[in-house]
Amino acid sequence: MSEKSASKTAVRRLVWLAGTIAVLAALLGVNSFTGGTNLFAPKLALDLQGGTQIILSPTLAEGQNVSEEQLAQAVEIIRQRVDATGVSEAQILTRGSANIEVSIPGTPDENTLKLIRSSAKLDFRPVLVTSVAATSTADSGTSEQTPAPSASPSNGSDLNWVTPELKAAYDALDCSTNFREPGQVDDPAAALVTCDVDGYAKYILGPVEVDGANISDATAGTRTTSTGASTNEWVVNLELDDEGTKKFADVTQRLYPLESPRNQFAVSLDGYVIIAPSTNAVITNGNAEISGGFTKDSSKVLADQLKYGSLPIGFEVQSQENISATLGSEQLSGGLLAGIIGLILVIIYSVFQYRALAIVTIGSLAVAGIFTYLAIAVLSWRQDYRLSLAGVAGLIMSIGITADSFIVYFERVRDELREGKSLPQAIEVGWKRAIRTILVSGLVSLTAAAVLYALTVGNVKGFAFTLGLTTLIDLAIAIMFTHPLLQLLSRTSFFNSGHKFSGVDPRALGALNYRGRGQFQAAESLPKTAALKASKEANKRQTLAERKAAAGKESK
Amino acid sequence: MSKFSELGNDLYTGKRSINFVGNRKIWFLAAAVMVVLAVIIPISRGGFNFGIEFRGGSEFRISQAADESQLEAVNAVRSVNGNLDPVVTTVGDDLRIQTEKLTDLESEEVRLALAETFSVQSSDVSSSFIGANWGADVTSRALNGLLVFIALAAIMMALYFRTLKMSIAAMVALAHDLVITAGIYGASGFEVTPAAVIGFLTILGYSLYDTVVVFDKIRENTLEVEHSETTTFAQQVNYAINQTLVRSINTSIVGILPVASILFIGSLFLGAGTLKDISLALFIGILVGTYSTIFIAAPLYSLLREREAKFNKSSQPVAQ
Repeated sequence: MSEKSASKTAVRRLVWLAGTIAVLAALLGVNSFTGGTNLFAPKLALDLQGGTQIILSPTLAEGQNVSEEQLAQAVEIIRQRVDATGVSEAQILTRGSANIEVSIPGTPDENTLKLIRSSAKLDFRPVLVTSVAATSTADSGTSEQTPAPSASPSNGSDLNWVTPELKAAYDALDCSTNFREPGQVDDPAAALVTCDVDGYAKYILGPVEVDGANISDATAGTRTTSTGASTNEWVVNLELDDEGTKKFADVTQRLYPLESPRNQFAVSLDGYVIIAPSTNAVITNGNAEISGGFTKDSSKVLADQLKYGSLPIGFEVQSQENISATLGSEQLSGGLLAGIIGLILVIIYSVFQYRALAIVTIGSLAVAGIFTYLAIAVLSWRQDYRLSLAGVAGLIMSIGITADSFIVYFERVRDELREGKSLPQAIEVGWKRAIRTILVSGLVSLTAAAVLYALTVGNVKGFAFTLGLTTLIDLAIAIMFTHPLLQLLSRTSFFNSGHKFSGVDPRALGALNYRGRGQFQAAESLPKTAALKASKEANKRQTLAERKAAAGKESK
Repeated sequence: MSKFSELGNDLYTGKRSINFVGNRKIWFLAAAVMVVLAVIIPISRGGFNFGIEFRGGSEFRISQAADESQLEAVNAVRSVNGNLDPVVTTVGDDLRIQTEKLTDLESEEVRLALAETFSVQSSDVSSSFIGANWGADVTSRALNGLLVFIALAAIMMALYFRTLKMSIAAMVALAHDLVITAGIYGASGFEVTPAAVIGFLTILGYSLYDTVVVFDKIRENTLEVEHSETTTFAQQVNYAINQTLVRSINTSIVGILPVASILFIGSLFLGAGTLKDISLALFIGILVGTYSTIFIAAPLYSLLREREAKFNKSSQPVAQ
């Protein structure tokens, strides 16, 4: 690369970086202005800011007990549901012998509360009797045609399920009342009388044919038509496991030839019918879609509930109170003060080590700091990322790893200067060697972050997120800021002439063939030890290796 | 700076060279002793001191006391048992005090002490047990994640460096770091909190990162060594450690300065807490992580490879 094009690239990279930072800042600024909240202040986690504590108590029938296992299972499912809403580091624990305490930062909205406490028991039951038809063509008022049951039912669609008592309960049912107990558990092997969620239609449903446990994945999305065009209607897409797929195929096979309304399949959530479509085909691929007046948020809530399973027992909110920060504010200010003192020490040390070159270190750390701050503010706004004290400590720790990129780079440049290369040459060669190391070590950190983020929950997930973020920013700063800045600085006479305080003074670095003011004797006065021979051999060998690498690249 | 930069120059040219690889028996022995101590001492002390986030604990609530002094609540709890480190929070209008799990007798005493301190009826102070916030499910997931990550990192390193032996050496050093850090926690009786565990994970990342940086230089130096008549594999590895020594020192100092300032401010002015927990883990981790790359990972890698046939010939004395 010629010197001119090198500095052109350098300038271009710096402009790109400045542009990215400006865009992030503008994004926050404009949205702060229009939204009326200051988005520049990142949201804080429970330990620093406090939040809301919700105590859930199980809704139990008389004589029913909650086992420790059920409680632990419920805690795990609630934790996964809460984690799915963002990186908020909620605290979920058992309290006493039967209650669950959920503490989340900020104030939860109705959707979050629903997500936390709904037991989310999803069942597929065949429709036996309904007060409305699924389609306008079908004959309504079928309840009148129900024959009196004479024998025990042979399958889920058998009208023998409808006993006179059930029929009486159905006729008496008023959907506008709260006819279900909160957390009511239905017998999956018996028929059920219920209404749809809107209180519009009454149903008698057969026993459960496929239940929520057979769902292997659930996602929210907009419906796509058979031609692939997407509509504005929000739906929840289900993927069933092998067992569920088989059951689903069997049931649709049985329902398909039946007459309305017995060809309808009701999807019920916590006992209420969400939708009861008629069967238009035998579905054998195990993919089902639930629709029924979802919004974007409500479809996401349901998908998350279904994905992580239904709670083993129903819960109701016993109390909901504000909770103060678990750490005093002096912890945050102490941490920040310590961070600032640490940074000042780092600056002093880099000046001591790298003289004027410390400008690059300090500049890079400053830009990395601004970038990280903006990224956190944006993520806090979009993804509900919250900064905990552990997160702050992680960020302070990342100073070391970020600085290491520069140190690796500077030391490589110095090594090349010691070889007798000119400063711009040393910078290019040193960078090529350094960036390999920086990339591979960054990749290891990124893997750590990605794996931990994907596989863990709670605080560890939050940690992994911070680690991944700082690693990416570290790489971006090294490539887009440190290297271009050094390239440009090397064009200045202060650095290029190797000024005593430049930190890249070839004399101080004992350049092997430096022909300046009689200092090169350092190289000649070296003892002819085996070690020296080794080093010369190594130098020769390295050049060879380099040549080989270059040749390899060209031949590719 | 002149002294230090001279050292850098000398290490680079080989004028001065510390024999990390040659003296490896000493380092390995020292590491083995440290690891054994790090296992024995915590066991003899009765294992780790896990915080209430892991073990659950006792909770007291004083109704309508949100505005009362939190310090007095701490003192009241400590008047019953001086070893307790209660966490005080306000929940709604109540003051909430959490401690490690107390016996029924102790918890009754604490309840009465709190009632007396705040001059309320003892019936206004409720006590209950709370479960672990960091339960078994969180731990098992964290461990799973850790194992998958270590396996992936080993595969990545093996692919990048084109040798499984670097992965093995790096993993041994990593295991050493984790055992030593955990051992120091166990031996000193510091409470193991979620913050400490997160510090622990950070170390894992740092230790591996540090090893990869030095190994990359070793890779570069040993590329052609099988064709070399004059140098041995071990010499080249040692040379690489020396050449990156200045970087290792600089990086660990820059990394440790902020951590040390958190640690000292944390323990001097703020007492126990998240900051101290996490910064202690980081402080030990940076030191041990840097040390183990130089004294364990690299010499071990050399040991694993120099016996290979293609390098073995060059291990003969040059004069022959």
